[in-house]
Amino acid sequence: MLFKVFPAGELIRLFEILAADRIVGPVKKGEDQHGRSLYDFDVVHDFTELRLDYGQTIHSAKNWFLPYQEDLCTFTFEDGGSGDWHKEVDYGVYAPLVLFGLHPCDINALNKLDKVLLGGQYPNPFYGEKRANMFIVGHSCSPQPFCFCKSMGTDSAIRGFDLFLTRMDDLYFAEILSPRAFHLLEQIDCHDPDSREHHRYMEIMEAKESLYVAHVDTSDLTKILDLEFQASVWQEWGRRCFSCGTCAQVCPTCYCYGVAEQVDMDFTHARKEKMLYSCNLLDFASVAGGHNFRPESHTRLKYRYYHKHRGFVEAFEESLCVGCGRCGQACLAHITVPEVIASVRASKE
Amino acid sequence: MNTNFDFIQPVAGEQFEYSYKAEITNVYPLTPMEKLYQIQLVDPVERERFTFLPGQFIMLELPGIGEAPFSISSSPVRHGDIELCIRTVGNMTRFLDRMGRGTRVGISGPFGTHFPVEKMEGEDILLIAGGLGIAPLRSPILTVLEKRSRYGQVDIIYGARRPSELLFGYEYAMWRQFDVGLDIIVDQTEPGWQGPVGLITEILKQRIAGSDPDRFRERTSAIVCGPPIMFRFVCDLLIAAQLPVEKIFVSLERRMHCGRGKCCRCNIGSTYTCLDGPVFDYWSVLNLKEAI
Repeated sequence: MLFKVFPAGELIRLFEILAADRIVGPVKKGEDQHGRSLYDFDVVHDFTELRLDYGQTIHSAKNWFLPYQEDLCTFTFEDGGSGDWHKEVDYGVYAPLVLFGLHPCDINALNKLDKVLLGGQYPNPFYGEKRANMFIVGHSCSPQPFCFCKSMGTDSAIRGFDLFLTRMDDLYFAEILSPRAFHLLEQIDCHDPDSREHHRYMEIMEAKESLYVAHVDTSDLTKILDLEFQASVWQEWGRRCFSCGTCAQVCPTCYCYGVAEQVDMDFTHARKEKMLYSCNLLDFASVAGGHNFRPESHTRLKYRYYHKHRGFVEAFEESLCVGCGRCGQACLAHITVPEVIASVRASKE
Repeated sequence: MNTNFDFIQPVAGEQFEYSYKAEITNVYPLTPMEKLYQIQLVDPVERERFTFLPGQFIMLELPGIGEAPFSISSSPVRHGDIELCIRTVGNMTRFLDRMGRGTRVGISGPFGTHFPVEKMEGEDILLIAGGLGIAPLRSPILTVLEKRSRYGQVDIIYGARRPSELLFGYEYAMWRQFDVGLDIIVDQTEPGWQGPVGLITEILKQRIAGSDPDRFRERTSAIVCGPPIMFRFVCDLLIAAQLPVEKIFVSLERRMHCGRGKCCRCNIGSTYTCLDGPVFDYWSVLNLKEAI
């Protein structure tokens, strides 16, 4: 990996060069009842809107690469009642996108999604084409009390970005992973870091370590989840869960979806629409004829944990959870991942 | 337009969303609830190249109405000329029920794993179907019958709720001509029914009791499909008869929205019913929580 250092004042030039394309980054959306700022990823029209000091955004950036709603194809019905039709597929990618200011957890979330959505026998082009046209500028974070990325091994990003910035007093320390980022930095005032700056960077990384408060013990977790499949703690969490699906909405790695087809009002066209879904919603696993494989809320909540912390680990040797803590913050019933996993580990049945 | 980096033009392909255009060529009502749809791929080249294995499924698309997975009920010998046995039960199948010959539909696939009948050659085969479970089993049944001499004893046990709900009744005589032991049982009798009444497990118990125990332990494979409740009872009996778990094959049903391992609707843990299934050996099922 190549490293460069540039003065903090150069960041605006970097932004302006990238602004030839659409930039999506953290912006302030409002304040909560305690006067704390609420951030979210959105189109940044002006450098002053970009809030790189954000703690955590409410939603992840996934709407920009896994839209909540997306048309998979459109159908045109032939005239004359022949019953024939014509199908058209549009991936909906027309321009590059710059994601500016992603934290390591969100970059790692993209790496995990790549494994499942771009791997296997049927890579998803709707996602793949968006990924191919994406320039990612990461930014170091200040761990929040609910962040448990350290436990999930996603507290630092070693791949999956073009450029990663860490604020060092009045400098930015830049990690460069792509030639595009390398050429970008040639256009601003930057230099190779000296040993003093190397050490300053390592000091900052070390200071970050002590800020992690929340932890999840992941040792032997796949086996423990198998052993505690029938544990009564699941039913207790199920009683608290509203099955609203908010956790999946804010999650950076929840990619499950449902498909519905709709006929346009003029009866000459129809479209197949993909909508992100949540495994906590009541009808997630129901089949035609009315049988539901997960009728109770605790079975659905449990499934979510089994997919993230057991199934994905078996398939890819890493957890699907990046420990961003958004689900716990957004949950109306205050169900958090560290609490659920601790309770399952502590189960004595 | 873009000063920084070149836009990578999306590949003009429809691989992920590709569906073959097909036409319903015949519809046979089997019972008031189920119909057998004969569907033929429209393009003759695609039709010939479309091959599948017994137990695999396709995604059937009715533009503007919906898309759903259906297992193929016909023999793989007939390539892109497939038969689907469909019960009218949901929005999409209710629409399909009103469609007749000539309707243009979309088909993608085939997807998923298959019943490994090619590995069962030289062995005895026990096929057990409950209710609509006969739909995915008809394909391995026909495949085995086509190469009947390569297999040992072939037994089919089929249970339905009522005699009037039995599917493919017109084919039983043909199956029996191939030296197949066919037992049919119903839960509730109806006037005119001469056969046994009871649960499918009762027939299975009789079969097990009446045969050489070594046969199950050493040279039998079982193929099972039926409603969720049936699997456990039937498979427990087979295991008690010392049939090895890795030689019991089941076909599981789940909701699917893509068939390509992306939508997660059919997941059991992180196992995709569409990619790793729908056919699982019972060893895999034992390792899946809440599979059956």
